[in-house]
Amino acid sequence: MSETEEKRIKASELDPKFKYEIAKMHGGEKLMRCFQCGTCTSDCPVARFSETYRPRQIIRMAQLGLRERVLGSDTLWLCAACFTCTDRCPQDVEVASVIRVLRNLAAEKGYIPQVFKEQAASILESGYAYKIPELRIKKRETSGLPPLPKGNSESIRKSLECVGFLKFLESSGEKK
Amino acid sequence: MSGNKNKYLMFLGCAIPYRVSAYEISARKMLQKLGVELVEMPEFNCCGLPLDPVSHEMMLILAARNLALAEQKGLNIIALCPGCAGTLKKVNKMLKEDKALREEINKHLKEAGLEFKGTINAKHLMQVLIEDVGLERIKNSVVKPLTMLKVAEHNGCHILRPKEYIGFDDPEDPKTLKTLIEATGATCLDYMDETECCGAPSVGVSDKVALQLARDKLNHIKMVDAEAMITICPFCHIMYDTNELRIEKMFNETYGIPILHYPQLLGLAMGMSPEELAFNELRVDVSKILKKVVESEN
Repeated sequence: MSETEEKRIKASELDPKFKYEIAKMHGGEKLMRCFQCGTCTSDCPVARFSETYRPRQIIRMAQLGLRERVLGSDTLWLCAACFTCTDRCPQDVEVASVIRVLRNLAAEKGYIPQVFKEQAASILESGYAYKIPELRIKKRETSGLPPLPKGNSESIRKSLECVGFLKFLESSGEKK
Repeated sequence: MSGNKNKYLMFLGCAIPYRVSAYEISARKMLQKLGVELVEMPEFNCCGLPLDPVSHEMMLILAARNLALAEQKGLNIIALCPGCAGTLKKVNKMLKEDKALREEINKHLKEAGLEFKGTINAKHLMQVLIEDVGLERIKNSVVKPLTMLKVAEHNGCHILRPKEYIGFDDPEDPKTLKTLIEATGATCLDYMDETECCGAPSVGVSDKVALQLARDKLNHIKMVDAEAMITICPFCHIMYDTNELRIEKMFNETYGIPILHYPQLLGLAMGMSPEELAFNELRVDVSKILKKVVESEN
């Protein structure tokens, strides 16, 4: 298949319900206000150096209902969440939040970059997003720093029982 | 609401104890000298921001847990990391204003014996400095004005954006960090694209994009001959200090720009020694500017 054919949008790919699904989620409410002015892409620091990440394009694809293309795309994970697009959007779309909603939807389908699985597992275990090296913990005392507050693993787990994406952690845990 | 402007609950976050202790060491010393008392968090979990991309709900619960813990202590939170500060401020505002959301989140907190009531506030270090400590007290703490130094500031995104939730300074033309730098006697230079993101959140997803962003900033700072960059975020600091040598090699360039945490700069002006302020933990060589500071004493 040629590149043009791959890019071509087929009517059967469009899911008209997708935009309403996004608009129901917190931060995605104003998706349909976007009139494609391109302020987000032109001010995006990531788009400046990435050949693929274009927030305007992602928003348009979401409006059109290209569910699979958007949720399965690696570029979705490039947003640095600097919120420049959100602050400068003349239509108040909250672009970065729409991107976050799309990532949340992708995560529910199991599209989750490894780094997030590792951080979530670490938070459940210790409260901290990273595994703090023993040496650092010991060094605190000699540096005159107070002991590091501890995470209450059991309590954290209890309040996070409702979080759907955590079911994907079990499989990643085995791999490690 | 607790109105004590001299006593806070210290929220360290994850990145600082993980690898940016110079920021913590210098910030604690600086705050002590300014008469700000710090109480440690009784227990801790990540603010939730790193997990927002995969689960907004998880972020809300993690942030709300910390706010509920702080409420039990009856103290406002001071966070050194803009990511933590931004998240706690945002979630605090959301839960205070949206009753339905608060009830929903409280259902999950109840499982762990916690409740969000909305009785405290969270602030970033810089906000505490400018709003609660005040410029006057900061200026009065300076015993050795750093008039010999010309530096550039780097704010970090989450201390300013999104504007609607953060409500601090002007994201398009931020002035606070400049003002705080100038309070030390140092000159703060203007440069191109001052509010540009450091790229840290893209590390791990695309290191190439992240490092190009960091390089862009270093280029702009070099153009105005800044002798150091001043940060107030652990992630921005890692991005520039840890990666500067890597970027130099990768793009065949030379910067030699030291990256200082703001409390290290003010600490110097307060008369503290580089050892006290953990200058030895910085990766980029700082000897040139330290020599300048010492020599100017005569």
